[in-house]
Amino acid sequence: MKPVSAWGRLSNDLHDVHVLTDRSHVATVLAAHQPGLAFGNGRSYGDVCLNPHGNLWHTTGLNKFMAFDDATGRLVCEAGVLLRDIQRLFVPRGWMLPVTPGTQLITVGGAIANDVHGKNHHAVGSFGDHVLGVSLARTTGEVLSLDWTQTPALMGATLGGLGLTGVIVTAELQLRRVGSPWLRTETLPYQGLAEFFELADASEHDWEHTVSWIDCLAGQTARGIFMRANPMSAPQAAAMPSLKAVLAAHQQKTHSQPLRMPFVPPLSLVNGLSLKPFNMAYYELQKLKSGFDVAHYEPFSYPLDNLQDWNRMYGPRGFYQYQSVVPREGGQLAVQAMLDAIAASGEGSFLAVLKTFGNREAKGMLSFPEPGVTLALDFPNRGQRTLQLMDRLDAIVREAKGRLYMAKDARMPRDLFEAGYPRLSEFLAHRDAGISSAMSRRLMGV
Amino acid sequence: MQHMVIIGATSAMAEHCARLWVQAAPVRLTLVGRDEARTRRVADDLRVRSPQSDVQVMTSDFADATAIQRTVSHIVAQAAVDVVLIAHGVLSDQGTCQDDLLACDAALQINGVSPVLFAEAFAKPMVAANHGTIAIIGSVAGDRGRKTNYVYGAAKGLVSRYAQGMQHRLAHTGVKVVLVKPGPTDTPMTSDLKAKGQKMASVEQVAKDIVKGIASGKPVFYTPGIWQIIMLVVMHLPRFVFNKLNI
Ligand SMILES: Cc1cc2nc3c(=O)[nH]c(=O)nc-3n(C[C@H](O)[C@H](O)[C@H](O)COP(=O)(O)OP(=O)(O)OC[C@H]3O[C@@H](n4cnc5c(N)ncnc54)[C@H](O)[C@@H]3O)c2cc1C
Repeated sequence: MKPVSAWGRLSNDLHDVHVLTDRSHVATVLAAHQPGLAFGNGRSYGDVCLNPHGNLWHTTGLNKFMAFDDATGRLVCEAGVLLRDIQRLFVPRGWMLPVTPGTQLITVGGAIANDVHGKNHHAVGSFGDHVLGVSLARTTGEVLSLDWTQTPALMGATLGGLGLTGVIVTAELQLRRVGSPWLRTETLPYQGLAEFFELADASEHDWEHTVSWIDCLAGQTARGIFMRANPMSAPQAAAMPSLKAVLAAHQQKTHSQPLRMPFVPPLSLVNGLSLKPFNMAYYELQKLKSGFDVAHYEPFSYPLDNLQDWNRMYGPRGFYQYQSVVPREGGQLAVQAMLDAIAASGEGSFLAVLKTFGNREAKGMLSFPEPGVTLALDFPNRGQRTLQLMDRLDAIVREAKGRLYMAKDARMPRDLFEAGYPRLSEFLAHRDAGISSAMSRRLMGV
Repeated sequence: MQHMVIIGATSAMAEHCARLWVQAAPVRLTLVGRDEARTRRVADDLRVRSPQSDVQVMTSDFADATAIQRTVSHIVAQAAVDVVLIAHGVLSDQGTCQDDLLACDAALQINGVSPVLFAEAFAKPMVAANHGTIAIIGSVAGDRGRKTNYVYGAAKGLVSRYAQGMQHRLAHTGVKVVLVKPGPTDTPMTSDLKAKGQKMASVEQVAKDIVKGIASGKPVFYTPGIWQIIMLVVMHLPRFVFNKLNI
């Protein structure tokens, strides 16, 4: 038994950990140690990757590549491979993962089980749109080969299936061509949500990556920074010889030890005293950078990956992330209502991210992305106060017919879950009876 | 291309060394394992990482001197060897070894005798070529016997003493002998210890040290380096103190 926490550090319960290392033995381990749950790199915030006092199957030992076709960009690998390892190997060869979340330190299996999305959702969809097939071990001891033509239902349940349909052992992914590791970026400050939506609408056609940061303490006058970027082709990058030196410096930096939060501060460093000045300073700093620029994809896409264990700054009680998506219609009102509720509560969020999703339904039965606008907020855990605020946010999301993201959740009530995920009953038929998580017990009863 | 040979290629440490090698430059790699399917999987992974490398797979009986000789002769006949990394081993359970003489025998064979035989078989052709590095993975456990794992420790101690003698013998040749002494490392072999909460070095870090140590031809080194100091203390504890320790 070993204490295990998810990224939000809200709990640290004991788990019976089984390390998976040999892909041909996965089904045997599952059959022998069940009920249990797969655990990737623990980058989910809440309880979706936890199974307190029960079995946890660690997958990061399943880290082998299996095959790559340089003509088509199809990659077959084990499910414990980190997205970063794929990116660092293939970007220099002209291939890249089409979709990555805000951190590359997650596993392929975790990316599939939460059907993660990136800043380019409006252009290319979510991670699952690029998964061609998987092999899935079940606790019965069998291993199934899944794809979209032979087994569409189990495939759709496994994509975004929160690890509840079996353990993904291997996956076949479609990579996409890239001309360089560089992005051409533009940073634009905005005032108020109307301006945000204008920018988002104007950018979706011509910009592949869009995201914005919003100062959620500014209330009605919500101000923020909108960032958009496009990959640079090889000739474009070659036309800027100064990039070579920057790239060399960047590689030096990323391959040396990243900075690390050295200890858990006794109190959260994120509090009323620090938040307001931080948000103001961040806004002013980013505003200074407004205009066009060139960025390497790593610092642009994964700004926090070089600050290891940054989640410790929230102190020993951990923190919640609250991410919702609400339909575009009424979306602006709903987001404004959430910002107002936060401003009124005095519970700031260190990192508030606002982005529009494209007009496409995800393929997974429980996938989070849907057409609309998504807001992600971090709240230090201050007990009852924090929970009450999130209850108020729930009401707004429910009213707007939105849903919350399970990868981030640790507390949503069952009715909100059921309302947000209408394909739930279809999904339940595909669950593996030998798999259970803290979240599945909380939201599905078993 | 450099020719690297790995004995025990499915060991996590060896596999990570191989990843670092192919990442630095295309190489010719000969992977030797006991289990063909598992060794092939390591090879496939390395081929994806480095399509320009030439990765070969071989299997061998690791407990039989004749088989070892045959394997090594076959490898050196294919291409001159630049580096051989002898990395295999199993973390035998001390209790089982005490109860069961066959288990004890097997543990001594695979962790002690077998690596020595491989090193000896490679030494001859490499000395004839007057070139190359023979690296053997020992263990901090080989430095001082202690009640919780002295069968494993004794086998690793054999490897240490053997490497020392071999270094003496080859001191004036072009062949280098490198002895690596890793502390507890986070690998499948130690997952039980990890589950019990023991702090361990990451296999990536240890592999980095090994690759660097081999390149520089250091005769003996600990990884992570802190173990050099720890073992200095452990080895010099007076027996009356040491015997009181529950380690
Ligand atoms: C800084 C940061 C930024 C983030 N940004 C984004 C973002 O922009 N977009 C986004 O979508 N998400 C984002 N996330 C969330 C993160 O992408 C997801 O939580 C991801 O699923 C974590 O993957 P993991 O490998 O750590 O898996 P874990 O968190 O360990 O597990 C996640 C789920 O996957 C299951 N699972 C893991 N491996 C397997 C397997 N082999 N087979 C079956 N099930 C498995 C687990 O049971 C669990 O249900 C972010 C997280 C962080 C920390």
